[in-house]
Amino acid sequence: MSVPQTLAAPLLSVRGLRKSFGKSVVLTDLDLDVPEHTCTVLIGASGSGKSTLLRCLNLLEVVDDGVVELDGQDIADPRVDANAIRSKVGIVFQAFNLFPHLSVLDNVMLAPRRVHRVRRQQAESDAVAMLERVGLSDKARARPDELSGGQQQRVAIARALVNRPRLMLFDEVTSALDPELVGEVLTLIRELKSDGMTMVVATHEMGFAREVADQVCFLDGGRVLEQGPPAQIFGAPQEPRTRQFLARIVAAGRL
Amino acid sequence: MTATQWQPSELQRTRDAYRRSRARRSWLIALLSSAVFVGALVLSVGTSPGWPRVRESFFDLSLGWQDLPGLLRALWINVQIMLITEVFVLVFAAIIAVVRTLQGPVFFPLRFVAAAYVDIFRGLPLLLVLYLVGLGLPALRLHGAPDSPFVLGVIALTLTYTAYVAEVFRAGIESVHPSQRAAARSLGLTHGQTMRHVVFPQAVRRVLPPLLNDFVSLQKDTSLVSVLGIIDIVLTAENYQSQDFKFVHYVMAGLIFVVMTVPLTRLTDWVARRQGWQGSGGGVV
Repeated sequence: MSVPQTLAAPLLSVRGLRKSFGKSVVLTDLDLDVPEHTCTVLIGASGSGKSTLLRCLNLLEVVDDGVVELDGQDIADPRVDANAIRSKVGIVFQAFNLFPHLSVLDNVMLAPRRVHRVRRQQAESDAVAMLERVGLSDKARARPDELSGGQQQRVAIARALVNRPRLMLFDEVTSALDPELVGEVLTLIRELKSDGMTMVVATHEMGFAREVADQVCFLDGGRVLEQGPPAQIFGAPQEPRTRQFLARIVAAGRL
Repeated sequence: MTATQWQPSELQRTRDAYRRSRARRSWLIALLSSAVFVGALVLSVGTSPGWPRVRESFFDLSLGWQDLPGLLRALWINVQIMLITEVFVLVFAAIIAVVRTLQGPVFFPLRFVAAAYVDIFRGLPLLLVLYLVGLGLPALRLHGAPDSPFVLGVIALTLTYTAYVAEVFRAGIESVHPSQRAAARSLGLTHGQTMRHVVFPQAVRRVLPPLLNDFVSLQKDTSLVSVLGIIDIVLTAENYQSQDFKFVHYVMAGLIFVVMTVPLTRLTDWVARRQGWQGSGGGVV
């Protein structure tokens, strides 16, 4: 994570992003750069806009203003084909959002078959390989509700990864899991990181953030209040709001 | 404070302008294609050789307009039948739906009867039930059996529609996630209380649209009681028709039915929206 990456053109570049819901302004004038093959971790209190930011990056929300450049293309522009962009960006949700009426294998195969028009045989072998990678090839025929939370979340990750996204977004993916299941999901994300996947991760797992992040962004009041390498943010935060937030996390025994 | 100060950037203004122009374009296309469609329809229908005869028989609205007071007076009987039947149907259908979800071997006969009733009356044509109940029952001359066609008509409609609506309710009950039942039972509520206070209210909300569908259908089927000799709106229209052999009388009766069902549909849509039942219809994607 050392020197040259900051010089490389970022894969994702956000400038002046604004998003409001009715009268409540969730993101305002937000800037963010995510260099390729790096991991950016978003931290901040509940309601600080982490989820909204991720949803904007995957075009699940229409932004009010600002530029979101992915690979040099402004994806906030209404002229872009949103479906094509979404298929380049994978997102994993807090509540898994697997399709309950499909088997694990069919969950993973749906997008390759219907969006990318991969032939059944190919899609199936890709899906099986991906399930093997997340350690669930023996669950291919199971329904999502037969799996544990950790297994479901790993399926959700496989479902996103099978489309070979340029960018992966993780939205508090361990918040709905039992503590003993958190580990299996975080291990998987660590492996993705070492494979060079570009990621933006919103999380409350500060230990994990410290370990996996190349840069940590503290969101407050709808913007990135402070950002830097984890050692700096966790070791020597500059902003009083950041210190306050981290102090509360420490008091709750989560760091 | 930012909400009042914020002005969209130059870039955003061009995006908004683009969106507006797309919206305008969509409107224009809709307008144009509608105009072409209506034009083609008017031209092809209006110039077809049979049109003058059709118009004279079906769409002589000045003649049909004169029917209105008589038809509306007769409509009152349909409305009465509909309202009374609806109340009975809701009550009986709810009971049968709940009976079908009862667990335990003690209730087997009840479950069986409820299932058999639904299977039979869902399969029988309404007209047949009307004949059996409306004409067959009085013919038995049973002591105390009703002989008013109105009452018999309500009974026949209730028998048939209860079977439909019971299935709608049952689908709703089964769509409520088991965790809701578990949560209620964990608080010490009995099976009955769980049904009454937790499961059934959620079920009803979900099945409101199909429920309405059945009631609109019932509204129309009240016209079938005319086979029992009740002078309802359809029989009245038939009387008018037999005098001048023009079908505009039926068209007027049909229009009245349509006009009656539209507000009901809008009402449920409004209720659903007000309660925030967005379901998968909400959001930008």
